Parts: sequence; C-alpha cells; structure tokens
Amino acid sequence: MKKPEGKHALIVGRIREGTVIDHITAGEALNVLKILGITGTTDECLSIATNVSSGKVGKKDIVKVEGRELRKEEVDRIALIAPRATINIIRDYEVVEKKGVEIPRSLVGVVRCPNPGCISNTSEPIESRFEVVERGLHCLYCDWLITKDIAGHII
Amino acid sequence: MRVQHIISIRDFTRQDLDSFLDRAELVERGGFDPRMLEGKILALLFFEPSTRTRMSFASAMARLGGTSISVDSVEASSIAKGETLADTIRVVSGYADAIVLRHPKEGAARLASEFATVPVINAGDGAGQHPSQTILDLYTIRRSMPLDGLEIGLLGDLRYGRTAHSLAHALSLYDVTLHTIAPPGLDLPLSVVHELRRHGMEVVKHGDVGKVIRDLDVLYVTRIQRERFPDSASYYDVASSYRITPDLLEGAREHLIVLHPLPRVDEIDPAVDRTPFARYFEQSRNGIPVRMALLQEVMG
Repeated sequence: MKKPEGKHALIVGRIREGTVIDHITAGEALNVLKILGITGTTDECLSIATNVSSGKVGKKDIVKVEGRELRKEEVDRIALIAPRATINIIRDYEVVEKKGVEIPRSLVGVVRCPNPGCISNTSEPIESRFEVVERGLHCLYCDWLITKDIAGHII
Repeated sequence: MRVQHIISIRDFTRQDLDSFLDRAELVERGGFDPRMLEGKILALLFFEPSTRTRMSFASAMARLGGTSISVDSVEASSIAKGETLADTIRVVSGYADAIVLRHPKEGAARLASEFATVPVINAGDGAGQHPSQTILDLYTIRRSMPLDGLEIGLLGDLRYGRTAHSLAHALSLYDVTLHTIAPPGLDLPLSVVHELRRHGMEVVKHGDVGKVIRDLDVLYVTRIQRERFPDSASYYDVASSYRITPDLLEGAREHLIVLHPLPRVDEIDPAVDRTPFARYFEQSRNGIPVRMALLQEVMG
C-alpha cells in the first residue's frame, strides 16, 4: 500500500489493473457495488472510501475494483445514481482512460417498474423500458414516473 | 397522417386528434363507404369485462363491411393455459387484419404493438390508457362547442380513473381551463397536474361542485368506486356530496353539457337525463362514428 503523502492524503491503495470510480455521489458507494454485482461472496479485491472531502463536489465516495473493466451497461446504471462519477481505467498502475458517465436517453432492462400493474412486471418476453425525462424515469409501457429512490429500482 | 397503432393518447398531437375528429364527423354525415373494410377481419381480444366498447367496435366494423372475431375472457383463451400475451398476439396477427385489445395490465397494448404484425387498437389496459374513449369524449364536446376557450370540470375519482387522466391530457393540447372536483384522497395525482401545467394548462382544484358549476361549459363526471372506501357508510357519505342533480344544475350556463363515460351508478340522478344538459347517452352513441374513423385509419 502506498504511504500517505501528508496528513490529508487518502489511505486507499493503488490498484494495478482495474477500475477506479471516483466522484460518486456521497453515500452511493454501496449501491454502486450492488450495480456491479459485488457482494460479500464475490472475490474481487476492493477499496471503498465514503464521504471523502472533495473540492469539486463537497463529499464523495470512491470505489476501486481490482482486475475489472466496466461494461457500458454497468456505467449506464452508475450514471443514474452518480451522474458526476468519473471512471478511470487502470493498467499497470497508470490511468490509461478517464471518462465521465452519461445518463442514456433510454434505459432497457436497467430499472424495474415500481407499478405492480405494469405489463413489464409479468412473465412476458420483454425488458423494462424507460425514457429519462427531466423529473425522473418514465416507463414506456405504463407511463409510471419514478422520481425518487432510483437506486432502489435498478435491476 | 398514417398511424399504424392506436395505443395512447400521448402518442398524438393536436393535429392528429383534430384529424380523427374531422374523420368521425364525416362518417357521421354518411361520408363513408359501407364496403370499405369488406373482407377484413377485426379480432376483439377482451381479457376484461366490457359491453359497450366491445359492441361498439363490432358495430363500427360491421358498418364498414367487415367482420369481427372475438375472445371474451381469459378463461376461454390460451392465456388460461399460461400462454404469454406476446404469443397470443403473434398468433392472432395471423387470423385478423387488426386487433382491438383490452387487458388488465397497464402497458399491455404497447407490448401487443411490439409483437403484432397488424395494427393494434388499445381498448383499455388496466388503469392505463383508453384512447378511443378519450377521442369520443372530445368528439362529443366538439359537436356542441369549439374545443378552445372552454371551462371544463372533471368530477369524481380523479386519482385512479383512467378516462379522467387521458381526457385531461388530450384537453391540455387545447386552450382549456380544467377544474378538478374530487373527494379527499381521490384528487388528480400531482404528477398529472404538473404535466398538464407544463403543457400550459390552467388547473384549478375545487372542493365543492356547487361552487363551480355556474362557471362550466362542460362537466365530465366519472364513477366514484365503492372499493376505494373502507365501508359502505363512508362511501355513501362522499358519493352523495358529489351527486349531480337537477337542483345542483340550477343556474348553470345554458349551453353546459354533462358527460359520463358510463356505466353510471349513483353519480348522476336519473332526473338529470331529462334536462338539456345530459349528453352521456349521445356520448355513448358517438362511440360508433369515432371507432369507425379509427378503424378506417388503421385498416383503410
């Protein structure tokens, strides 16, 4: 582990290969892990920092995942709960790619419709479909609007 | 304009709706070919009870020279054997030239349109959309007065009533002020109100229909469902204060029209039927020219 550089430095290890997700909305790190399918029983090497002071966003969370580069579907889901997150791809300890996240205009199979009467919550051979609108997520099947707790509805 | 499916009123612009209304008016004046849909078959897939919607689609199809085939209940269909709606729709697409669907799940018609190879018309999907009802509501209003510059009251269960939401959305495309009158807890959902206001519509909430009735051009009454109340006593208590009677209509504008999607239960006193305000039976009859216009649109 790299030694802290000065008393304000972070004590979070560098990773050799993998992804650093920075500038996650404070408090959402565990939801990011959920999106990535990382649980107590999976074997990824992880570093998590929560409520870290950040000049840019006040408080932020950071997640470092060893040996894994994120897929687009995963990045799209993260964008929903942490729209200011940055994704850093690390190879041989160096950042080889750095990009922001972008909330896609439509989400297919990403979010479960909270309306129990929606056809997308049945055994029909379809995936949920939402469009991203100003006030939240709009179900393209039943017109339900999700305005809060989007993380709780991510599949 | 060429529309393949008729799923939600939200899919249409004001121009689209005006075009449907113009076409329905032409049909009503006899401007249609009674053999236009000869040789065509309409599948009526009703997985929920319906009398007037199903019969009026069948009647509209017959008047255009076509025939109808139907499934009347889930019990009588392969759905009862566990078949998905998607499969049912794919199969029925091979039997008919268009499908009219009523289904208990919201979004069912949208799903059907994704799997159908023929046009789908939504005849009600759970608490969701029922666009042909909305178009016939607009048509009934337009037969009495132009759709712009109106004061329209929506009364009843505005929280769960699909006809109310759908009509409010359609009216927001016109220059209409909407007055909502609903029992406590059954108000128009705030998300719907916000959306209407975003479209530039003025929405005013009232607690007492008696206080607003004199300002209205149209009063649209919907059913207050008994199952929304904990017991019969509280239902009757609320329902009686929202009941439309000839006394209540005293002093209303001369040209006021009272509409109801039917069936009514206690919301409108039968004595109102004899007043010039009552237009709900005419509204029901208007289902024929409007549905003929929609069938022409998707199959003609």
